[in-house]
Amino acid sequence: MSAAPAYGEDKGGSAGPGEPEYGHDPASGGIFSSDYKRHDDLKEMLDTNKDSLKLEAMKRIVAMIARGKNASDLFPAVVKNVACKNIEVKKLVYVYLVRYAEEQQDLALLSISTFQRGLKDPNQLIRASALRVLSSIRVPIIVPIMMLAIKEAASDMSPYVRKTAAHAIPKLYSLDSDQKDQLIEVIEKLLADKTTLVAGSVVMAFEEVCPERIDLIHKNYRKLCNLLIDVEEWGQVVIISMLTRYARTQFLSPTQNESLLEENPEKAFYGSEEDEAKGPGSEEAATTALPARKPYVMDPDHRLLLRNTKPLLQSRSAAVVMAVAQLYFHLAPKAEVGVIAKALVRLLRSHSEVQYVVLQNVATMSIKRRGMFEPYLKSFYIRSTDPTQIKILKLEVLTNLASETNIPTVLREFQTYIRSMDKDFVAATIQAIGRCATNIGRVRDTCLNGLVQLLSNRDELVVAESVVVIKKLLQMQPAQHGEIIKHLAKLTDSIQVPMARASILWLIGEYCEHVPKIAPDVLRKMAKSFTAEEDIVKLQVINLAAKLYLTNSKQTKLLTQYVLSLAKYDQNYDIRDRARFTRQLIVPSEQGGALSRHAKKLFLAPKPAPVLESSFKDRDHFQLGSLSHLLNAKATGYQELPDWPEEAPDPSVRNVEVPEWTKCSNREKRKEKEKPFYSDSEGESGPTESADSGEISRAGDSVQGEVSRLGLSPICPISSSEQSEEEGGKRKMKKRKKVTEAQGDASSSDEGSDSSSSSSESERTSETEEEQVEPASWRKKTDKAGTGSLLAHFHTGPPPPLQLLSPGSGAGRQELLHRVAGEGLAVDYTFSRQPFSGDPHMVSVHIHFSNSSDTPIKGLHVGTPKLPAGISIQEFPEIESLAPGESTTAVMGINFCDSTQAANFQLCTQTRQFYVSIQPPVGELMAPVFMSENEFKKEQGKLTGMSEITEKLTLPDGCRSDHIVVQKVTTVANLGRVPCGASDEYRFAGRTLTSGSLVLLTLDARPTGAAQLTVNSEKMVIGTMLVKDVVQALTQ
Amino acid sequence: MIHSLFLINSSGDIFLEKHWKSVVSRSVCDYFFEAQERATEAENVPPVIPTPHHYLLSVYRHKIFFVAVIQTEVPPLFVIEFLHRVVDTFQDYFGVCSEPVIKDNVVVVYEVLEEMLDNGFPLATESNILKELIKPPTILRTVVNTITGMEKGETHRELPSWVKALNNLLPAFCLIPISGSTITAEIQGVIDACVKLTGMPDLTLSFMNPRLLDDVSFHPCVRFKRWESERILSFIPPDGNFRLLSYHVSAQNLVAIPVYVKHNISFRDSSSLGRFEITVGPKQTMGKTIEGVIVTSQMPKGVLNMSLTPSQGTHTFDPVTKMLSWDVGKINPQKLPSLKGTMSLQAGASKPDENPTINLQFKIQQLAISGLKVNRLDMYGEKYKPFKGIKYMTKAGKFQVRT
Repeated sequence: MSAAPAYGEDKGGSAGPGEPEYGHDPASGGIFSSDYKRHDDLKEMLDTNKDSLKLEAMKRIVAMIARGKNASDLFPAVVKNVACKNIEVKKLVYVYLVRYAEEQQDLALLSISTFQRGLKDPNQLIRASALRVLSSIRVPIIVPIMMLAIKEAASDMSPYVRKTAAHAIPKLYSLDSDQKDQLIEVIEKLLADKTTLVAGSVVMAFEEVCPERIDLIHKNYRKLCNLLIDVEEWGQVVIISMLTRYARTQFLSPTQNESLLEENPEKAFYGSEEDEAKGPGSEEAATTALPARKPYVMDPDHRLLLRNTKPLLQSRSAAVVMAVAQLYFHLAPKAEVGVIAKALVRLLRSHSEVQYVVLQNVATMSIKRRGMFEPYLKSFYIRSTDPTQIKILKLEVLTNLASETNIPTVLREFQTYIRSMDKDFVAATIQAIGRCATNIGRVRDTCLNGLVQLLSNRDELVVAESVVVIKKLLQMQPAQHGEIIKHLAKLTDSIQVPMARASILWLIGEYCEHVPKIAPDVLRKMAKSFTAEEDIVKLQVINLAAKLYLTNSKQTKLLTQYVLSLAKYDQNYDIRDRARFTRQLIVPSEQGGALSRHAKKLFLAPKPAPVLESSFKDRDHFQLGSLSHLLNAKATGYQELPDWPEEAPDPSVRNVEVPEWTKCSNREKRKEKEKPFYSDSEGESGPTESADSGEISRAGDSVQGEVSRLGLSPICPISSSEQSEEEGGKRKMKKRKKVTEAQGDASSSDEGSDSSSSSSESERTSETEEEQVEPASWRKKTDKAGTGSLLAHFHTGPPPPLQLLSPGSGAGRQELLHRVAGEGLAVDYTFSRQPFSGDPHMVSVHIHFSNSSDTPIKGLHVGTPKLPAGISIQEFPEIESLAPGESTTAVMGINFCDSTQAANFQLCTQTRQFYVSIQPPVGELMAPVFMSENEFKKEQGKLTGMSEITEKLTLPDGCRSDHIVVQKVTTVANLGRVPCGASDEYRFAGRTLTSGSLVLLTLDARPTGAAQLTVNSEKMVIGTMLVKDVVQALTQ
Repeated sequence: MIHSLFLINSSGDIFLEKHWKSVVSRSVCDYFFEAQERATEAENVPPVIPTPHHYLLSVYRHKIFFVAVIQTEVPPLFVIEFLHRVVDTFQDYFGVCSEPVIKDNVVVVYEVLEEMLDNGFPLATESNILKELIKPPTILRTVVNTITGMEKGETHRELPSWVKALNNLLPAFCLIPISGSTITAEIQGVIDACVKLTGMPDLTLSFMNPRLLDDVSFHPCVRFKRWESERILSFIPPDGNFRLLSYHVSAQNLVAIPVYVKHNISFRDSSSLGRFEITVGPKQTMGKTIEGVIVTSQMPKGVLNMSLTPSQGTHTFDPVTKMLSWDVGKINPQKLPSLKGTMSLQAGASKPDENPTINLQFKIQQLAISGLKVNRLDMYGEKYKPFKGIKYMTKAGKFQVRT
C-alpha cells in the first residue's frame, strides 16, 4: 500500500495542468474561483432537507471524483449524510467516504457508528454493505472495530455476508499486518465454509494473508476440489492457482519417479488411503499408471484435482481455461497434458490481449511439449490483420513447432510472410527461418538458399536481417559456402544497414581463406569509406584488416596500416583503443614479440557457432499463466512454484474426521432402513423393553410379518449379543425414546418412523437425520386399509426443511418435490421393499406428502406420466385434500422394467402440476429369494462367463464383522441372505422384479481384509451396477 | 489485485479513474503513454507494461484504453478478462461503449465499477445481477414511461415470455493463396440467447447433429454433466441476452466456403500503371443470398492512386493509408459484382514486391454454414407456453485472400 505518497501526489495531480477538457465538467468547470463557488453551492444542496437536491449534489461530486478532481473539501458536508434515509444518496455517500476517508481520518470516525448499526441489521444486504464500507475506509484507528466486525460476520447466517467478511480480511491485513494471527483464525474458519459463494473469496484472502500456511488447506482440500465447478469464475482462478501450488508440495511427480518409488514402495505411502483408492479415482489412476508400466500410483487426491478441473477447460472465461491449462502442465502426467491444447487454441480466437497472453504461454509449453500443439499448427498461421506483437508470438510458436515432418509447410508459410508489408514482422520471420535451419539439419541448405535470394530484396531491412542470419548459419559449416560469402561481399556496395555491413565484414575476415581474392578488395573499399562508417562497422573493418594482415600480409600490409592510422584518430575511443591494441598485436615490434607470435591464434581461433534458441526456453520455472512468467521476471508477491517433494507427505492429513454431511447421512439412513430385516435388533428392542406397549409390539409384529413374507426370518444369523455390545451406552437413550413412542399412536411422525426402523444406528445420528428417516412400512399398511384420516393424524408437523439436502440414495427418504418448488407442498419418497400388492413386477414406492402452506391442497393425483418404453406406473388413489400442516402417505407401484431409468410423471393438484421423477438405485429393482447353499451353487454354476462379474476389494477395518458386512450389502440391494458353511463367505440371492432373473452375490472375505465380490446375473447391466454399488458401500 | 482503473481515449486523455484501494496517482499512466508512443499503432501497445512499482495491464476496445493498475502478482488473464467484462457490461448498460456515453453516464459507470470489484477482487460481474443493484439509465427511463401509461398494479404483470437463440456461425479464418486452394478454414460459432421468462424455467436445447461440435465452451449456467453424457444443453437461463455457447467446428469437417474471389492484380516494372481487377461470386450458398459484402485491401506503399469502376456498390481509396475499400452489398449470382481499373504507381520506382491481401466481409441470413441445426428447445419447471424462435446467421470472420 503506497497510501502516503499517493495521497500527496493526488492532491497535486488533481489540480495539475495535465487536466483534459476542463470546460466540459459541469461540476467544476471554469477557473479556480468559480470552482470554490460551485463547491459552496454543493454544500448548500447537501444541507437541504430535500433528497432530490442531495442526490443531485452527490451525483456531481461523484462525477468529480471519477474525473480525478479533488472533492476532499466537501468531506464534512458529505459525511453528515451518511445516515440519510434515501438509499440512492446513501450509496453515493459511501462511494465518497471510501475515496476520501483516508485523507480525513478524524471526520471519518463520525460515520463509524452508522456502520456499526448497519452490521446488526436484519437485512443481509445491509449487513454486507456496512461491513464492506467499514472495511474499505482505511483508517487505522478502527482496526479493532474492523476485527470484531469481521469475526462476527464470519459466522453470519448469510453466505453473502460471510463472503464480504472474506473480502474484508485482506483489507484489514494491508492496514495492520499485526493482526495476521487473528486473521488466520478467521480464514481457517471460513475455509471450512461449505458454500461456493465464500470459497473463492476466502482462498483469495488466504493467498494474500498467509499463502505459506499450506497446512490450513489439508482438511479443506477435497471439499475445494468438489466445490470448484460451482464457484464463480474469478474464485475458480484463484483456487486453481492455489491448488497447483498445494499439489506440488503434497504429491509425487507423476512423470519422473521410477527411481523414487523403488525405495518408497507404493504400499507404504498408500496404505492409509486404501478406502479412497477404491473410489472411482483408483481406476483412473491405474489406467494412467499402466501404460507407463511404472510402479507409480497417483494419489487419489491428486487424481481428484485433475478430474475436477478438467471440465473447466470448457469455461467461457479465458482466465479459468488458462488456470486449468497451467495446472495440467505443472501437475498432470505427460500423457494427459494434451487435453489442454484444444482449449488454449480456442482462446486464440478471442481478443488480441487474450491472444497475447495465451501465445506467450503456448510458446513456453511448445518448447517442452511440441507434440501437444502440432495438430493445431494451422491455428497459429498469421493473418495480415494481426497486430505485430501477435504476429511475432505466433511466429515464435510456429518455429517451436517446426519439425522434420512439417517443415516444408512451415517454410512455405514463412515465404508468404516475408512478402508482408510489416517490416518488423519480416525481420522476425527471417530470424525464425534461421532458427528452423539450425534446429532441423535437413532443411539448412534450403533455408540458406532462400535467405540468399532475399539478399536481392529491395528492402534494406530484409537484406540486413538476412545477412545477420546467414552469418550465423554459415558459421556452422563455412567450408561449403564460399559462393555465398562472395555474394555477400558484393553486397557491401549496396547495403547500408550497419549491422549487416558489420556481419559481412566479420564473415569475410573469419573465412578469408575461402575467398582469398575478394577479401583484400573488400578491405580496400572499406578503407576508402572508413571515416563515413558507423562505429560497429569500423570495428569490424579493423578486425578484417588484422585478420587479412595475418593471412595475406603481402597484399594488405599497407591497407591495414592505413586503416589503423585512420582509426587512431577516430573520435570514438573504443575504436582508438582497438586500433592501438591491434597494432601492437599484429605488427611485430622489437621489444614485445611474445603476444604477436600468438596473434594468429588469437584472431583466427575457431569460434563456436552461435546457438539460436527461443527466448521462451526455461521460462517454465515460473508458474505458467502468471504475471512473472509473462514478464520473465519475478513480480512482487509471486509465490514460487515448489519442486515436487522427494517423498510424498502423509496423505492422511487430508482425511476429514467427520465424513461429509451428505454421504454420512446417506449411509446412516441406509443402515436404518435396513435394520428391520434383521429381526434380532427388532427382537431385542421390541419385547425386552418393558415400557413397550401396543405401538412397538405392532411394529415388531409387522416387521416379523414382513420378514417372513420375504422368506428371511430363518436366516438371520446375526447374534444379538454383538448388537447389544455395540450399542452399549446408548441403551438408556433408546429406552427413553421407546417410552415416548409408547405414549400412543398420536406421536409425531418422526417418532413413529423411528419406532418402525428402531435400529441401533438411529441413535447415533443427529436429530435432523432421524427426522428424515422414515421407512414407514407401517404407514403403508394403514394406507392400504384406506384410512386416510388416520394417516393425516400420524403426521403432526411439516417435514423439516433440511430434507432438501437429502441425497439420492435408495433406502432413505428422498425428496421428490421441495416445499419451495412445490409452493408449500413437500413430497418425499422411500422404497419400502415390500411387494406391491397390485402387480408383483412393480417396485412399491411410498410417497409422503406434507402441506406446509397455509391453504389446503386439494385433489392430489398423478397426471399423465411420460415414461420411457416398458416402464409403467400404478398410480396412488387421489388424495382429496391435505389440510395445512398435515402430512399423508400414499403408495404407488412402478415397474422399472429392470432398468435404472427414471420414471417421470406429473404430480397434480387442483391448481398446479409439478414434474417429478423417481430414479431407483439398482438394488431396489430386485426382491430377495430364499434358497439353500446347494441350490445357490447350482444356479451360480449356470451363470458363469459373461454373466459373472468379479471385483477385488479391501474391506476397511470398520467393516469386517459379519453383521456389518451383511447389513451393508443388504442396505444397497434388496437381497436375501443364503446360509452357508464357510465363515468368511457371504451369499445373497434375489430376483429382479420384472423379468425374475436371478441375481446372486457372493462375497469372499479373508481375515486380512482382502475380499472378492462376485455377482452372477444374466442381466449384465444390473450385475455391473450392483457390483459398483456394493463395492462402494463396503469400502466406505 | 486490481488497484485502479484508468480510461484513456485515443488522444491520450484520462477521462475516468477509479480506485479500489489507496489512490494511485494518475502519473503512473505516463509509462503507458510512453509505450503507446513507441507502439505507433493502438493495437500494438503491449497489454502488460511493467513500471518500477506497478504493472499496467490494458485492453483496447472501442477506441478506449482500459488500463488497470496492479501491484502484485496476479494472473494477467484474470485482469484482462475482467477488463473485457467491464467493457461488455458498459455495452450492455448503455448500448454502446464510447467516450461520450461514458462521460454522460459517469455516475452510473462509477457505481457499476464500485460494485464489480471489492478491494480489487471481482464481486458482481454478471450484468443481470448488476442491473438489479444499479439500474441502467435506459431502463429507468422506460420504466417511468410505462408506469405513467399503465394503471398501478399492472406493473407487476408477467412479462411476455420468450426464448430466442441466435446462432451465429463465423468461418473465422480462410486463407486462399494464389493457387486457389484454401490454406485453412475453420468455423467458430456462438449461440446467443435472449431469454425473457418469468419464474425458474429449466430449458433444454438439443441439436440434430451435436457431433459436429468439436470444441465448446459454455455459459456457467449450462450443466456440464448433461452435455457430457447426452449432448444436450440443459440450463436455467439468466434473464436477458447472454452467450449460451461458443463452439468450434474443426478443420477436418470440410468447410464449404460460400464465396470465391477472382483477382488479377499486376504491376509492371516498366510502366507506372498497374492493372487491378476483382470479382466476387457465390459458391455453395444453398440458395441464400450473400449480403453485406465489403472488400478491403491494404495496397502497397508504392501505389499512389487508383482509378476504378465498380459494377455495383461504392468504393473508396485512401491515398494516405493506402486502404482500398469496396462496399459491394448483395451479390446477385446472375450478375457478379466486379471492380476494375488501374493503379498509378510512383513514377520511376520499381514494382512493389509485396502483393496485397484481400479481406472480405459478408453475411448470410438463415444459413448456418456448419450445418448445425437446433432440434428442439423445451421448457420445464414452468407452466406457461414460451414463445420460441431461432435465427441462423453466417458471418465471415477473418476471411483473407492472399494474392
